[in-house]
Amino acid sequence: MSPQIPEAAELVIIGAGPAGMAAAIEARAAGTEVLLLDETSAAGGQIWRAVGTAPEARKTLLGKEYAAGAALVSEFAACGAQHVSGVSVWGVMPDENGRLRIGVRHNCAARLIEARAVILATGAQERPLPVPGWTLPGVMGAGAAQIALKSGGLLPEGRCVLAGVGPLLYLLADQFLRAGIIPAALVETPSPHRRTALTHLPGFLRAPTFRKGAGLMARVRRKVPVIAGAEALEVRGDSKAKALRYKRGGAWQEIEADLVLLHAGVVPSLHLSVAAGVPTRWNDVLRCFEPETDELGATAIAGLYIAGDGAGIGGAERALPSGRRAAQAALEHLGHNIDPARRDAARKDWHKADLGRAFIDRWFAPPPALLAPRGDTLACRCEEVTAGAIREAARLGAPGPNQLKTYLRCGMGPCQGRMCAASITEIMAEETGRTPAELGHLRFRTPVRPLSLGELAQLPAGENARRAVLGDAELPDTPLPLPPRAR
Amino acid sequence: MFRRDPIPPGEAIEILLDGAPFTARRGDTVANALLAGGITRFRDSVVSGAPRAPYCLMGTCFECLVTIDGTPNRQACLVTVEAGMRIERQSGAPSMLPESKA
Repeated sequence: MSPQIPEAAELVIIGAGPAGMAAAIEARAAGTEVLLLDETSAAGGQIWRAVGTAPEARKTLLGKEYAAGAALVSEFAACGAQHVSGVSVWGVMPDENGRLRIGVRHNCAARLIEARAVILATGAQERPLPVPGWTLPGVMGAGAAQIALKSGGLLPEGRCVLAGVGPLLYLLADQFLRAGIIPAALVETPSPHRRTALTHLPGFLRAPTFRKGAGLMARVRRKVPVIAGAEALEVRGDSKAKALRYKRGGAWQEIEADLVLLHAGVVPSLHLSVAAGVPTRWNDVLRCFEPETDELGATAIAGLYIAGDGAGIGGAERALPSGRRAAQAALEHLGHNIDPARRDAARKDWHKADLGRAFIDRWFAPPPALLAPRGDTLACRCEEVTAGAIREAARLGAPGPNQLKTYLRCGMGPCQGRMCAASITEIMAEETGRTPAELGHLRFRTPVRPLSLGELAQLPAGENARRAVLGDAELPDTPLPLPPRAR
Repeated sequence: MFRRDPIPPGEAIEILLDGAPFTARRGDTVANALLAGGITRFRDSVVSGAPRAPYCLMGTCFECLVTIDGTPNRQACLVTVEAGMRIERQSGAPSMLPESKA
Protein backbone atom coordinates (compact mmCIF):
# COMPACT_ATOMS: atom_id res chain seq x y z
CA MET A 1 0.00 0.00 0.00
CA SER A 2 1.48 3.32 -1.02
CA PRO A 3 1.47 6.10 1.55
CA GLN A 4 -0.81 9.06 1.00
CA ILE A 5 0.66 12.16 -0.56
CA PRO A 6 0.24 15.35 1.47
CA GLU A 7 -1.37 18.37 -0.17
CA ALA A 8 1.45 20.73 0.76
CA ALA A 9 5.05 20.63 1.88
CA GLU A 10 7.70 23.22 2.62
CA LEU A 11 10.26 21.66 0.29
CA VAL A 12 9.51 19.13 -2.42
CA ILE A 13 12.38 17.26 -4.06
CA ILE A 14 11.75 15.36 -7.29
CA GLY A 15 14.01 12.38 -7.89
CA ALA A 16 15.67 9.96 -5.45
CA GLY A 17 19.07 9.70 -7.12
CA PRO A 18 22.31 11.02 -5.59
CA ALA A 19 21.37 14.73 -5.95
CA GLY A 20 17.85 14.30 -4.60
CA MET A 21 18.92 12.16 -1.63
CA ALA A 22 21.82 14.49 -0.75
CA ALA A 23 19.48 17.51 -0.96
CA ALA A 24 16.93 15.80 1.29
CA ILE A 25 19.54 14.92 3.91
CA GLU A 26 20.88 18.50 3.89
CA ALA A 27 17.42 20.05 4.24
CA ARG A 28 16.41 17.63 7.01
CA ALA A 29 19.58 18.52 8.92
CA ALA A 30 18.19 22.08 9.02
CA GLY A 31 14.87 20.77 10.31
CA THR A 32 12.85 21.51 7.17
CA GLU A 33 9.87 19.41 6.19
CA VAL A 34 10.82 17.47 3.04
CA LEU A 35 8.65 15.52 0.63
CA LEU A 36 10.60 13.51 -1.93
CA LEU A 37 8.78 12.13 -4.97
CA ASP A 38 10.27 9.45 -7.20
CA GLU A 39 9.03 7.48 -10.15
CA THR A 40 10.76 4.17 -9.43
CA SER A 41 9.99 1.75 -6.61
CA ALA A 42 13.08 2.42 -4.44
CA ALA A 43 15.59 5.18 -3.73
CA GLY A 44 18.92 5.20 -5.57
CA GLY A 45 18.23 6.76 -8.96
CA GLN A 46 19.58 5.04 -12.06
CA ILE A 47 23.21 5.06 -10.84
CA TRP A 48 22.33 3.13 -7.68
CA ARG A 49 19.24 1.45 -9.02
CA ALA A 50 17.99 -1.26 -6.62
CA VAL A 51 21.14 -0.96 -4.46
CA GLY A 52 19.02 -1.25 -1.31
CA THR A 53 17.73 -4.69 -2.28
CA ALA A 54 20.49 -6.09 -4.53
CA PRO A 55 22.08 -9.36 -3.32
CA GLU A 56 25.70 -9.01 -2.17
CA ALA A 57 26.96 -11.09 -5.10
CA ARG A 58 25.37 -8.69 -7.57
CA LYS A 59 26.83 -5.68 -5.76
CA THR A 60 30.28 -7.28 -6.04
CA LEU A 61 29.75 -7.84 -9.73
CA LEU A 62 28.64 -4.25 -10.29
CA GLY A 63 31.65 -2.84 -8.44
CA LYS A 64 32.62 -0.83 -5.39
CA GLU A 65 31.10 2.44 -6.55
CA TYR A 66 27.70 0.85 -7.01
CA ALA A 67 27.82 -0.87 -3.63
CA ALA A 68 28.82 2.42 -1.99
CA GLY A 69 25.39 3.83 -2.85
CA ALA A 70 23.78 1.62 -0.19
CA ALA A 71 25.18 3.86 2.58
CA LEU A 72 23.53 6.97 1.17
CA VAL A 73 20.25 5.14 0.60
CA SER A 74 20.26 4.13 4.29
CA GLU A 75 21.17 7.63 5.42
CA PHE A 76 18.36 9.03 3.29
CA ALA A 77 15.86 6.50 4.65
CA ALA A 78 16.73 7.60 8.19
CA CYS A 79 16.79 11.37 7.56
CA GLY A 80 13.11 11.97 8.21
CA ALA A 81 12.11 13.04 4.70
CA GLN A 82 8.80 11.65 3.51
CA HIS A 83 9.62 9.52 0.46
CA VAL A 84 6.78 8.56 -1.87
CA SER A 85 7.83 6.14 -4.61
CA GLY A 86 6.00 5.19 -7.77
CA VAL A 87 4.82 8.76 -8.35
CA SER A 88 4.96 10.31 -11.74
CA VAL A 89 5.43 14.10 -11.71
CA TRP A 90 3.81 15.75 -14.72
CA GLY A 91 4.40 19.40 -13.98
CA VAL A 92 5.83 22.09 -11.75
CA MET A 93 3.74 25.23 -12.08
CA PRO A 94 4.60 28.56 -10.46
CA ASP A 95 1.45 30.30 -9.23
CA GLU A 96 0.67 33.99 -8.80
CA ASN A 97 1.44 33.89 -5.04
CA GLY A 98 5.06 32.84 -5.51
CA ARG A 99 4.32 29.24 -4.57
CA LEU A 100 4.87 26.22 -6.74
CA ARG A 101 2.25 23.67 -7.56
CA ILE A 102 3.41 20.18 -8.44
CA GLY A 103 1.22 17.98 -10.59
CA VAL A 104 1.57 14.29 -9.79
CA ARG A 105 -0.06 11.02 -10.74
CA HIS A 106 -0.39 8.50 -7.97
CA ASN A 107 -2.63 5.44 -7.78
CA CYS A 108 -4.35 6.35 -11.07
CA ALA A 109 -5.36 9.84 -9.93
CA ALA A 110 -3.92 13.28 -10.65
CA ARG A 111 -3.13 15.41 -7.59
CA LEU A 112 -1.67 18.84 -6.94
CA ILE A 113 0.84 19.49 -4.17
CA GLU A 114 1.73 23.00 -3.06
CA ALA A 115 5.32 23.77 -2.10
CA ARG A 116 7.31 26.81 -1.02
CA ALA A 117 10.43 25.48 -2.71
CA VAL A 118 11.13 22.72 -5.21
CA ILE A 119 14.38 20.99 -6.14
CA LEU A 120 14.35 19.16 -9.44
CA ALA A 121 16.77 16.24 -9.17
CA THR A 122 15.50 14.33 -12.17
CA GLY A 123 18.97 13.54 -13.49
CA ALA A 124 19.87 12.58 -17.00
CA GLN A 125 18.60 10.42 -19.80
CA GLU A 126 20.79 8.40 -22.09
CA ARG A 127 21.37 10.31 -25.31
CA PRO A 128 19.46 8.66 -28.14
CA LEU A 129 21.77 7.45 -30.91
CA PRO A 130 19.62 7.49 -34.06
CA VAL A 131 21.58 5.18 -36.36
CA PRO A 132 19.88 3.14 -39.12
CA GLY A 133 18.14 0.13 -37.55
CA TRP A 134 18.06 1.57 -34.02
CA THR A 135 14.35 0.81 -33.63
CA LEU A 136 14.85 -2.95 -34.03
CA PRO A 137 14.27 -5.19 -31.02
CA GLY A 138 17.73 -6.22 -29.83
CA VAL A 139 19.01 -2.65 -29.95
CA MET A 140 19.00 -0.62 -26.78
CA GLY A 141 21.01 1.87 -24.82
CA ALA A 142 24.07 0.62 -22.95
CA GLY A 143 22.59 2.40 -19.94
CA ALA A 144 19.39 0.39 -20.40
CA ALA A 145 21.33 -2.88 -20.32
CA GLN A 146 23.05 -1.71 -17.15
CA ILE A 147 19.69 -0.89 -15.56
CA ALA A 148 18.47 -4.39 -16.49
CA LEU A 149 21.53 -5.81 -14.74
CA LYS A 150 21.15 -3.65 -11.62
CA SER A 151 17.43 -4.00 -11.24
CA GLY A 152 16.83 -7.54 -12.45
CA GLY A 153 20.17 -9.32 -12.73
CA LEU A 154 19.72 -9.58 -16.51
CA LEU A 155 22.76 -10.43 -18.62
CA PRO A 156 23.11 -10.49 -22.41
CA GLU A 157 22.48 -13.83 -24.05
CA GLY A 158 24.18 -14.56 -27.36
CA ARG A 159 26.54 -12.17 -29.09
CA CYS A 160 26.62 -8.70 -27.63
CA VAL A 161 28.26 -5.66 -29.24
CA LEU A 162 28.73 -2.26 -27.60
CA ALA A 163 29.01 0.78 -29.85
CA GLY A 164 29.33 4.54 -29.68
CA VAL A 165 31.27 6.69 -27.27
CA GLY A 166 31.49 7.26 -23.54
CA PRO A 167 33.02 5.83 -20.37
CA LEU A 168 29.87 3.79 -19.74
CA LEU A 169 30.75 1.45 -22.64
CA TYR A 170 33.92 0.43 -20.79
CA LEU A 171 32.28 0.29 -17.39
CA LEU A 172 29.50 -1.95 -18.68
CA ALA A 173 31.93 -4.17 -20.63
CA ASP A 174 33.92 -4.60 -17.41
CA GLN A 175 30.79 -5.53 -15.45
CA PHE A 176 29.87 -8.06 -18.15
CA LEU A 177 33.39 -9.54 -17.99
CA ARG A 178 33.06 -9.96 -14.23
CA ALA A 179 29.82 -11.82 -14.84
CA GLY A 180 31.61 -14.11 -17.30
CA ILE A 181 30.23 -12.50 -20.45
CA ILE A 182 32.70 -11.47 -23.13
CA PRO A 183 31.26 -8.88 -25.51
CA ALA A 184 31.97 -9.68 -29.16
CA ALA A 185 33.29 -6.15 -29.72
CA LEU A 186 33.36 -2.58 -28.50
CA VAL A 187 33.14 -0.24 -31.48
CA GLU A 188 34.20 3.32 -30.69
CA THR A 189 33.22 6.42 -32.61
CA PRO A 190 35.84 9.10 -31.95
CA SER A 191 35.16 12.37 -30.17
CA PRO A 192 35.88 15.45 -32.31
CA HIS A 193 37.36 17.21 -29.26
CA ARG A 194 40.22 14.87 -28.35
CA ARG A 195 42.90 17.45 -29.12
CA THR A 196 41.36 20.14 -26.91
CA ALA A 197 40.70 17.46 -24.29
CA LEU A 198 44.45 17.11 -23.85
CA THR A 199 44.73 20.72 -22.64
CA HIS A 200 42.53 19.61 -19.71
CA LEU A 201 44.61 16.51 -19.00
CA PRO A 202 46.40 17.93 -15.92
CA GLY A 203 43.09 18.26 -14.03
CA PHE A 204 42.08 14.75 -15.01
CA LEU A 205 45.42 13.30 -13.86
CA ARG A 206 44.70 14.64 -10.37
CA ALA A 207 41.13 13.31 -10.35
CA PRO A 208 40.24 10.03 -8.65
CA THR A 209 38.43 9.03 -11.84
CA PHE A 210 41.76 8.89 -13.68
CA ARG A 211 43.22 5.80 -11.99
CA LYS A 212 39.90 4.05 -11.91
CA GLY A 213 39.22 4.84 -15.57
CA ALA A 214 42.66 3.86 -16.80
CA GLY A 215 42.51 0.50 -15.02
CA LEU A 216 39.05 -0.17 -16.34
CA MET A 217 39.96 0.57 -19.95
CA ALA A 218 43.07 -1.60 -19.73
CA ARG A 219 41.08 -4.54 -18.34
CA VAL A 220 38.48 -4.27 -21.08
CA ARG A 221 41.06 -3.95 -23.85
CA ARG A 222 42.77 -7.16 -22.71
CA LYS A 223 39.60 -9.22 -23.19
CA VAL A 224 37.35 -7.42 -25.66
CA PRO A 225 38.21 -6.53 -29.26
CA VAL A 226 38.05 -2.72 -29.27
CA ILE A 227 37.56 -1.21 -32.70
CA ALA A 228 38.47 2.46 -32.59
CA GLY A 229 37.75 5.14 -35.15
CA ALA A 230 34.37 4.05 -36.54
CA GLU A 231 32.86 6.86 -38.62
CA ALA A 232 29.34 5.52 -38.94
CA LEU A 233 27.20 2.77 -37.42
CA GLU A 234 24.13 0.87 -38.49
CA VAL A 235 22.20 -2.12 -37.26
CA ARG A 236 21.09 -4.78 -39.71
CA GLY A 237 18.13 -7.09 -39.19
CA ASP A 238 14.51 -7.67 -40.21
CA SER A 239 12.39 -8.18 -37.12
CA LYS A 240 15.33 -8.07 -34.73
CA ALA A 241 18.99 -7.10 -34.67
CA LYS A 242 21.30 -9.50 -36.52
CA ALA A 243 24.50 -7.49 -36.91
CA LEU A 244 26.20 -4.20 -36.27
CA ARG A 245 27.81 -2.62 -39.30
CA TYR A 246 30.45 0.06 -38.91
CA LYS A 247 32.35 2.21 -41.38
CA ARG A 248 36.05 2.63 -40.80
CA GLY A 249 38.57 4.15 -43.19
CA GLY A 250 35.76 4.47 -45.74
CA ALA A 251 34.91 0.72 -45.75
CA TRP A 252 31.98 -1.04 -44.10
CA GLN A 253 32.52 -4.07 -41.87
CA GLU A 254 29.99 -6.22 -40.10
CA ILE A 255 29.86 -7.99 -36.72
CA GLU A 256 27.12 -10.48 -35.96
CA ALA A 257 25.15 -9.53 -32.88
CA ASP A 258 22.02 -10.58 -31.00
CA LEU A 259 22.17 -7.52 -28.79
CA VAL A 260 23.53 -4.14 -29.87
CA LEU A 261 24.07 -1.67 -27.05
CA LEU A 262 24.39 1.92 -28.24
CA HIS A 263 25.70 4.82 -26.21
CA ALA A 264 26.75 8.42 -26.73
CA GLY A 265 26.78 9.81 -23.21
CA VAL A 266 23.91 11.20 -21.20
CA VAL A 267 22.05 14.50 -21.42
CA PRO A 268 20.06 16.44 -18.82
CA SER A 269 16.38 15.58 -18.47
CA LEU A 270 14.79 18.85 -19.52
CA HIS A 271 11.06 18.28 -19.60
CA LEU A 272 10.08 19.40 -16.10
CA SER A 273 12.39 22.40 -15.94
CA VAL A 274 11.54 23.67 -19.43
CA ALA A 275 7.79 23.16 -18.94
CA ALA A 276 8.07 25.14 -15.69
CA GLY A 277 9.54 28.03 -17.70
CA VAL A 278 13.29 27.69 -17.07
CA PRO A 279 15.31 28.98 -20.07
CA THR A 280 17.97 26.72 -21.59
CA ARG A 281 21.44 27.21 -23.03
CA TRP A 282 23.33 25.13 -25.60
CA ASN A 283 26.47 23.25 -24.56
CA ASP A 284 28.57 22.94 -27.70
CA VAL A 285 30.99 20.30 -26.35
CA LEU A 286 28.36 17.94 -24.93
CA ARG A 287 25.95 18.89 -27.75
CA CYS A 288 22.91 19.27 -25.55
CA PHE A 289 20.72 21.93 -24.03
CA GLU A 290 21.03 22.61 -20.31
CA PRO A 291 18.70 24.60 -18.08
CA GLU A 292 20.03 28.02 -17.07
CA THR A 293 20.94 27.98 -13.39
CA ASP A 294 23.42 29.77 -11.20
CA GLU A 295 26.21 27.75 -9.59
CA LEU A 296 23.97 26.71 -6.70
CA GLY A 297 21.19 25.52 -8.99
CA ALA A 298 18.82 28.49 -8.65
CA THR A 299 16.67 29.15 -11.74
CA ALA A 300 14.84 32.21 -13.07
CA ILE A 301 11.77 30.99 -11.18
CA ALA A 302 11.67 31.94 -7.50
CA GLY A 303 11.79 28.88 -5.29
CA LEU A 304 12.75 26.46 -8.09
CA TYR A 305 16.21 24.83 -8.00
CA ILE A 306 17.88 22.16 -10.11
CA ALA A 307 20.48 19.76 -8.71
CA GLY A 308 22.67 17.05 -10.19
CA ASP A 309 22.86 15.94 -13.82
CA GLY A 310 19.55 17.65 -14.59
CA ALA A 311 21.38 20.98 -14.28
CA GLY A 312 24.33 19.86 -16.43
CA ILE A 313 26.14 16.55 -16.71
CA GLY A 314 28.64 16.03 -13.92
CA GLY A 315 28.15 12.43 -12.78
CA ALA A 316 27.08 10.99 -9.42
CA GLU A 317 30.14 12.26 -7.54
CA ARG A 318 29.35 15.86 -8.42
CA ALA A 319 25.59 15.36 -8.01
CA LEU A 320 26.06 14.82 -4.26
CA PRO A 321 27.52 18.27 -3.45
CA SER A 322 25.26 19.76 -6.12
CA GLY A 323 22.26 18.43 -4.18
CA ARG A 324 23.62 19.88 -0.94
CA ARG A 325 24.21 23.28 -2.55
CA ALA A 326 20.72 23.40 -4.10
CA ALA A 327 19.25 22.46 -0.71
CA GLN A 328 21.20 25.28 0.96
CA ALA A 329 19.90 27.76 -1.63
CA ALA A 330 16.35 26.47 -1.13
CA LEU A 331 16.72 26.68 2.66
CA GLU A 332 17.85 30.28 2.36
CA HIS A 333 14.77 30.98 0.22
CA LEU A 334 12.69 29.45 3.02
CA GLY A 335 14.23 31.86 5.52
CA HIS A 336 17.00 29.74 7.07
CA ASN A 337 20.48 31.00 7.77
CA ILE A 338 23.14 28.77 6.26
CA ASP A 339 26.30 28.07 8.23
CA PRO A 340 29.14 29.50 6.07
CA ALA A 341 31.35 26.50 6.89
CA ARG A 342 28.71 24.12 5.55
CA ARG A 343 28.32 26.21 2.42
CA ASP A 344 32.07 26.23 1.92
CA ALA A 345 32.38 22.49 2.40
CA ALA A 346 29.73 21.80 -0.25
CA ARG A 347 31.41 24.17 -2.69
CA LYS A 348 34.81 22.53 -2.13
CA ASP A 349 33.35 19.05 -2.60
CA TRP A 350 31.68 20.18 -5.80
CA HIS A 351 34.95 21.48 -7.25
CA LYS A 352 36.81 18.36 -6.17
CA ALA A 353 34.27 16.17 -7.92
CA ASP A 354 34.48 18.41 -10.98
CA LEU A 355 38.22 17.76 -11.41
CA GLY A 356 38.73 15.89 -14.61
CA ARG A 357 35.26 16.65 -15.92
CA ALA A 358 36.51 19.04 -18.62
CA PHE A 359 38.76 16.28 -19.95
CA ILE A 360 36.11 13.55 -19.80
CA ASP A 361 33.53 15.79 -21.49
CA ARG A 362 35.84 16.39 -24.43
CA TRP A 363 37.48 12.99 -24.68
CA PHE A 364 34.12 11.23 -24.85
CA ALA A 365 32.10 13.88 -26.74
CA PRO A 366 29.69 12.55 -29.36
CA PRO A 367 30.59 13.02 -33.04
CA PRO A 368 27.93 15.40 -34.46
CA ALA A 369 27.54 13.37 -37.69
CA LEU A 370 26.13 10.44 -35.67
CA LEU A 371 23.50 12.66 -34.10
CA ALA A 372 22.07 13.97 -37.37
CA PRO A 373 20.83 10.95 -39.33
CA ARG A 374 19.79 10.93 -43.00
CA GLY A 375 17.39 9.22 -45.36
CA ASP A 376 15.02 6.56 -44.07
CA THR A 377 16.45 6.44 -40.55
CA LEU A 378 13.73 7.21 -38.05
CA ALA A 379 14.44 10.34 -36.04
CA CYS A 380 11.08 10.23 -34.24
CA ARG A 381 10.46 6.64 -33.17
CA CYS A 382 6.93 7.20 -31.85
CA GLU A 383 5.43 8.84 -34.92
CA GLU A 384 7.93 7.21 -37.30
CA VAL A 385 9.18 10.40 -38.90
CA THR A 386 12.30 9.90 -40.98
CA ALA A 387 15.41 12.05 -40.91
CA GLY A 388 14.85 12.62 -44.65
CA ALA A 389 11.40 14.10 -44.07
CA ILE A 390 12.81 16.42 -41.42
CA ARG A 391 15.60 17.52 -43.76
CA GLU A 392 13.12 18.24 -46.53
CA ALA A 393 10.86 20.29 -44.25
CA ALA A 394 13.90 22.18 -42.95
CA ARG A 395 14.89 23.03 -46.54
CA LEU A 396 11.34 24.23 -47.25
CA GLY A 397 11.98 26.94 -44.68
CA ALA A 398 10.60 25.74 -41.35
CA PRO A 399 11.91 28.37 -38.95
CA GLY A 400 12.49 26.01 -36.00
CA PRO A 401 11.85 22.61 -34.43
CA ASN A 402 8.34 23.56 -33.30
CA GLN A 403 7.17 24.25 -36.85
CA LEU A 404 8.56 20.84 -37.86
CA LYS A 405 6.43 19.30 -35.17
CA THR A 406 3.37 20.96 -36.71
CA TYR A 407 4.33 19.84 -40.23
CA LEU A 408 5.34 16.27 -39.48
CA ARG A 409 4.13 15.24 -35.98
CA CYS A 410 7.73 14.54 -34.90
CA GLY A 411 7.84 14.82 -31.12
CA MET A 412 4.10 14.36 -30.71
CA GLY A 413 4.07 10.70 -29.67
CA PRO A 414 4.01 9.27 -26.16
CA CYS A 415 7.69 10.00 -25.42
CA GLN A 416 6.91 13.72 -25.94
CA GLY A 417 10.12 14.38 -27.84
CA ARG A 418 12.48 12.76 -25.36
CA MET A 419 13.90 10.52 -28.09
CA CYS A 420 13.88 12.95 -31.05
CA ALA A 421 14.17 16.55 -29.83
CA ALA A 422 17.96 16.51 -30.02
CA SER A 423 18.03 14.89 -33.48
CA ILE A 424 15.52 17.40 -34.86
CA THR A 425 17.70 20.30 -33.76
CA GLU A 426 20.89 18.60 -35.02
CA ILE A 427 19.35 17.79 -38.42
CA MET A 428 17.95 21.30 -38.85
CA ALA A 429 21.29 22.82 -37.88
CA GLU A 430 23.10 20.75 -40.47
CA GLU A 431 20.51 21.41 -43.15
CA THR A 432 20.18 25.18 -42.63
CA GLY A 433 23.66 26.16 -41.45
CA ARG A 434 22.17 27.74 -38.33
CA THR A 435 23.50 26.82 -34.90
CA PRO A 436 21.54 24.66 -32.43
CA ALA A 437 21.67 27.64 -30.04
CA GLU A 438 19.80 29.76 -32.61
CA LEU A 439 17.32 27.01 -33.49
CA GLY A 440 16.44 25.98 -29.95
CA HIS A 441 14.55 22.79 -29.15
CA LEU A 442 11.02 21.46 -29.14
CA ARG A 443 8.85 23.14 -26.52
CA PHE A 444 8.07 20.77 -23.68
CA ARG A 445 4.76 21.46 -22.03
CA THR A 446 2.86 20.42 -18.94
CA PRO A 447 1.79 17.64 -18.51
CA VAL A 448 5.23 16.18 -19.29
CA ARG A 449 4.12 12.61 -18.49
CA PRO A 450 1.06 10.99 -20.09
CA LEU A 451 -2.07 11.55 -18.07
CA SER A 452 -5.41 10.04 -18.97
CA LEU A 453 -8.54 12.20 -18.88
CA GLY A 454 -9.89 9.89 -16.19
CA GLU A 455 -6.80 10.54 -14.05
CA LEU A 456 -7.00 14.27 -14.70
CA ALA A 457 -10.66 14.29 -13.71
CA GLN A 458 -9.67 13.12 -10.22
CA LEU A 459 -8.18 16.56 -9.54
CA PRO A 460 -10.25 18.50 -7.03
CA ALA A 461 -12.22 21.07 -9.05
CA GLY A 462 -10.99 24.61 -8.42
CA GLU A 463 -13.23 27.65 -8.33
CA ASN A 464 -12.52 28.59 -11.97
CA ALA A 465 -13.18 25.09 -13.24
CA ARG A 466 -16.40 24.92 -11.26
CA ARG A 467 -17.62 28.22 -12.68
CA ALA A 468 -16.66 27.26 -16.24
CA VAL A 469 -18.80 24.13 -16.10
CA LEU A 470 -21.63 25.08 -13.78
CA GLY A 471 -21.90 28.86 -13.98
CA ASP A 472 -23.78 29.95 -10.86
CA ALA A 473 -25.42 26.58 -10.33
CA GLU A 474 -24.47 24.50 -7.27
CA LEU A 475 -22.05 21.58 -7.61
CA PRO A 476 -24.09 18.38 -7.48
CA ASP A 477 -23.27 16.23 -4.49
CA THR A 478 -22.17 13.17 -6.46
CA PRO A 479 -18.47 12.24 -6.38
CA LEU A 480 -16.75 11.49 -9.66
CA PRO A 481 -16.48 7.78 -10.35
CA LEU A 482 -12.99 6.27 -10.22
CA PRO A 483 -11.65 4.94 -13.53
CA PRO A 484 -13.09 1.44 -13.92
CA ARG A 485 -9.70 -0.27 -13.96
CA ALA A 486 -7.96 1.74 -11.27
CA ARG A 487 -5.88 -0.60 -9.20
CA MET B 1 18.53 -11.32 -25.80
CA PHE B 2 18.86 -11.67 -22.02
CA ARG B 3 19.13 -14.27 -19.31
CA ARG B 4 19.22 -13.97 -15.54
CA ASP B 5 22.55 -13.92 -13.71
CA PRO B 6 23.31 -17.01 -11.60
CA ILE B 7 22.57 -15.19 -8.34
CA PRO B 8 19.51 -16.84 -6.73
CA PRO B 9 16.51 -14.87 -8.01
CA GLY B 10 13.44 -13.87 -6.08
CA GLU B 11 10.41 -16.09 -5.62
CA ALA B 12 8.72 -17.19 -8.87
CA ILE B 13 5.26 -15.76 -9.45
CA GLU B 14 2.85 -16.38 -12.26
CA ILE B 15 1.47 -13.65 -14.48
CA LEU B 16 -0.46 -13.84 -17.75
CA LEU B 17 1.09 -12.69 -21.00
CA ASP B 18 -1.45 -12.42 -23.80
CA GLY B 19 -3.63 -14.84 -21.84
CA ALA B 20 -0.96 -17.54 -21.37
CA PRO B 21 0.78 -18.29 -18.05
CA PHE B 22 4.22 -16.65 -17.82
CA THR B 23 6.73 -16.89 -14.99
CA ALA B 24 8.12 -13.72 -13.44
CA ARG B 25 10.12 -13.10 -10.27
CA ARG B 26 8.88 -11.06 -7.36
CA GLY B 27 10.39 -7.58 -7.51
CA ASP B 28 10.82 -7.64 -11.30
CA THR B 29 9.61 -4.76 -13.37
CA VAL B 30 7.21 -5.98 -16.04
CA ALA B 31 9.87 -5.12 -18.65
CA ASN B 32 12.60 -7.16 -16.90
CA ALA B 33 10.23 -10.10 -16.47
CA LEU B 34 9.41 -10.15 -20.17
CA LEU B 35 13.03 -9.69 -21.27
CA ALA B 36 14.23 -12.46 -18.92
CA GLY B 37 11.49 -14.70 -20.30
CA GLY B 38 12.82 -14.36 -23.83
CA ILE B 39 10.33 -11.81 -25.17
CA THR B 40 11.94 -9.73 -27.89
CA ARG B 41 8.83 -8.01 -29.29
CA PHE B 42 6.92 -5.89 -26.76
CA ARG B 43 4.52 -4.20 -29.18
CA ASP B 44 3.97 -3.34 -32.82
CA SER B 45 4.38 0.35 -33.59
CA VAL B 46 1.21 2.40 -34.08
CA VAL B 47 2.24 3.81 -37.48
CA SER B 48 3.87 1.02 -39.52
CA GLY B 49 3.27 -1.96 -37.24
CA ALA B 50 7.02 -2.64 -36.91
CA PRO B 51 8.08 -4.71 -33.88
CA ARG B 52 9.47 -2.73 -30.96
CA ALA B 53 11.15 -3.50 -27.64
CA PRO B 54 12.45 -1.36 -24.76
CA TYR B 55 15.27 1.03 -25.64
CA CYS B 56 15.92 2.90 -22.37
CA LEU B 57 14.40 0.93 -19.42
CA MET B 58 14.17 4.19 -17.45
CA GLY B 59 10.83 5.64 -18.43
CA THR B 60 12.06 7.81 -21.29
CA CYS B 61 11.47 6.02 -24.61
CA PHE B 62 7.92 4.66 -24.19
CA GLU B 63 8.80 1.67 -26.39
CA CYS B 64 7.78 -0.77 -23.66
CA LEU B 65 4.11 0.26 -23.60
CA VAL B 66 1.83 -2.69 -22.79
CA THR B 67 -1.69 -3.15 -21.53
CA ILE B 68 -1.65 -4.06 -17.82
CA ASP B 69 -4.83 -5.36 -16.19
CA GLY B 70 -6.88 -3.72 -18.92
CA THR B 71 -5.21 -0.30 -18.80
CA PRO B 72 -3.45 0.37 -22.11
CA ASN B 73 -0.13 2.17 -22.63
CA ARG B 74 1.48 1.45 -19.27
CA GLN B 75 5.26 1.71 -19.18
CA ALA B 76 6.43 -1.84 -18.50
CA CYS B 77 9.77 -0.58 -17.18
CA LEU B 78 8.10 1.42 -14.39
CA VAL B 79 5.57 -1.12 -13.14
CA THR B 80 6.47 -3.90 -10.69
CA VAL B 81 4.91 -7.31 -11.41
CA GLU B 82 2.29 -8.79 -9.11
CA ALA B 83 1.00 -12.34 -9.07
CA GLY B 84 -1.87 -12.76 -11.49
CA MET B 85 -1.14 -9.54 -13.37
CA ARG B 86 -2.54 -9.60 -16.91
CA ILE B 87 -0.13 -8.24 -19.52
CA GLU B 88 -1.20 -7.82 -23.12
CA ARG B 89 1.02 -6.75 -25.94
CA GLN B 90 -0.37 -3.95 -28.10
CA SER B 91 -0.51 -4.17 -31.84
CA GLY B 92 -0.78 -1.05 -33.96
CA ALA B 93 -3.00 1.91 -33.14
CA PRO B 94 -6.12 1.37 -31.04
CA SER B 95 -9.49 1.94 -32.68
CA MET B 96 -11.21 5.13 -31.60
CA LEU B 97 -14.61 3.47 -31.95
CA PRO B 98 -16.04 1.10 -29.35
CA GLU B 99 -15.39 -2.52 -30.33
CA SER B 100 -18.34 -3.93 -32.21
CA LYS B 101 -20.09 -6.90 -30.64
CA ALA B 102 -20.65 -8.57 -34.02
